[in-house]
Amino acid sequence: MQALYAQLLVGLINGSFYALLSLGLAVIFGMLNIINFAHGALYMMGAFVAYFLLNLGGINYWWALLLAPIIVGIFGMILERTMLQWLTGLDHLYGLLLTFGIALIVQGVFQNYFGSSGLPYAIPDQLKGGMNLGFMFLPIYRGWVVVFSLVVCLATWYLIEKTQLGAYLRAATENPTLVRAFGINVPRMITLTYGLGVGLAALAGVLSAPINQVRPLMGADLIIVVFAVVVIGGMGSIMGSIITGFALGVIEGLTKYFYPEASNTVVFVLMVLVLLVKPTGLTGRAA
Amino acid sequence: MTTLTDDTLPTTPRAMRDEMTVFVVMALLLAAVPFTGVYPFFVMQALCFALLACAFNLLIGYGGLLSFGHAMFLGTAGYCSAHALKVWGLPPELGILVGVAAAFALSIVTGYISIRRQGIYFSMITLALSQLLYFIYLQAPFTHGEDGIQGIPQGHMFGVLDLSKPTVLYYVVLAGFLAGFLLIFRIINSPFGEVLKSIRENEQRAISLGYRTDHYKFLAFVLSGTLAGFAGSLKVFVAQNASLTDVHWTMSGEVVLMTLVGGLGTIFGPVVGAFVIIAMQQYLASFGQWVTVIQGSIFVICVLTFRRGVIGEIAHYFRRSL
Repeated sequence: MQALYAQLLVGLINGSFYALLSLGLAVIFGMLNIINFAHGALYMMGAFVAYFLLNLGGINYWWALLLAPIIVGIFGMILERTMLQWLTGLDHLYGLLLTFGIALIVQGVFQNYFGSSGLPYAIPDQLKGGMNLGFMFLPIYRGWVVVFSLVVCLATWYLIEKTQLGAYLRAATENPTLVRAFGINVPRMITLTYGLGVGLAALAGVLSAPINQVRPLMGADLIIVVFAVVVIGGMGSIMGSIITGFALGVIEGLTKYFYPEASNTVVFVLMVLVLLVKPTGLTGRAA
Repeated sequence: MTTLTDDTLPTTPRAMRDEMTVFVVMALLLAAVPFTGVYPFFVMQALCFALLACAFNLLIGYGGLLSFGHAMFLGTAGYCSAHALKVWGLPPELGILVGVAAAFALSIVTGYISIRRQGIYFSMITLALSQLLYFIYLQAPFTHGEDGIQGIPQGHMFGVLDLSKPTVLYYVVLAGFLAGFLLIFRIINSPFGEVLKSIRENEQRAISLGYRTDHYKFLAFVLSGTLAGFAGSLKVFVAQNASLTDVHWTMSGEVVLMTLVGGLGTIFGPVVGAFVIIAMQQYLASFGQWVTVIQGSIFVICVLTFRRGVIGEIAHYFRRSL
């Protein structure tokens, strides 16, 4: 049973990353109509920024948790201003191709300087050690990742669904021209939205650094799983992305325990099943 | 939906004549390669990728469907051909047949699944499906995991053509490429191809005209996947191995890049793109990971400033269809 709970926890942690990443993808897709292929690379950058902050600037984990998403978010906004904005009005696929190119560049640069092996990132002192819950031993850091991700996801949901700013955002997603006519600076909102989505990815990167080490290709394979998560959940609903992300992480964790050979593929297999039964995705509207 | 090629000229007799002329020139140039001292292995490799890119282009350039998983057909056909040749000891022509049949079967299954969604979702689904296959091949015993299938016997095609001789192999690969290319050319200029283009331009209108667009897209997917498989089977004889790199998503990305550089929706673009990218990899091999960076930069530059690609620009300049 210990092993089962351990895999469930791993599943929840992976689920947190799926949720944070697919949430960002959904927000970006809503505003920019772009599937951000660079999301995995920016997640990796988040982890590397945390690593640099610690090793070059002596800035600890807690500041990295705040600063890395801001730094990567600014990088993302520069990308949006200099490149992505020129794709407005073109076929969706150009956005995919452009961000794929950006992902190759970013990953290639990091691989060139850091190879393919992982760099260690220590768990902050306050979160070291573990708790005995009676039925399992819970490493505190892992519990923290799950709780904190959940809080961030829900905060993002609240921001978009319940606040004035979120209302503008949703309105601009539906009809940007009309929202502009009301005097709202939609291009700036688009830039900020991209920054927000990218920031969420970077945050996931910082969270994962102490668990999975910091590797140039850490986001490359992850992003493909997240695409499958997005196909399963659909990008129509914020809450849908969060729930699907966590649920698929848990299912993957359970698969690791019951049938480890399929743990790499279970998300893709589920995607196929969902497509066969409900092609629009679980929460998605007809595209 | 905005169109991919902004000035699609109708298929006129003149356009057909231009295209046939270029085709004959291309075939003659390629046939002369063994007499020029150019390294034939490089050209054979490029021809396999050119066929793959042409098959990919059939889907994106004429059907408007961006597949981000075409490596799965290349790799599947490669593995199956390699297994048939090495373990079953089949002759080359049957080995190719096994690979193409496997790609055909795979494209039916994956086409049935992925055609259910459009646009961006289609790309993500094909990518996820190819990643699924990647993990299956990583674990399946017959692919030999990280090692791949190596030392594949080339054998005698039809009992007479000794494929271990580079020149013979070259002409066999060239014949395979030209046959595949002509088939794609024929498909594009057929009534089926015209319907496909109309779906790319405006799917709703095609539906309202009574076309069952899903059937057309499915058939295009199967044709594209099967031809991509043919490229994979030919590649086995050139490389004499089948490995995981052929199924990896980076390979799918490279095919997209080749087609983009040459020109999406142009007939000769994918061929030019394949030669450009393969040559680049050859010459820049010593730069290590910078090759990835350069490829990424080409993607970015092409998308931002050069969306028509090499052949697309030329065709646009001369107002010809190429």
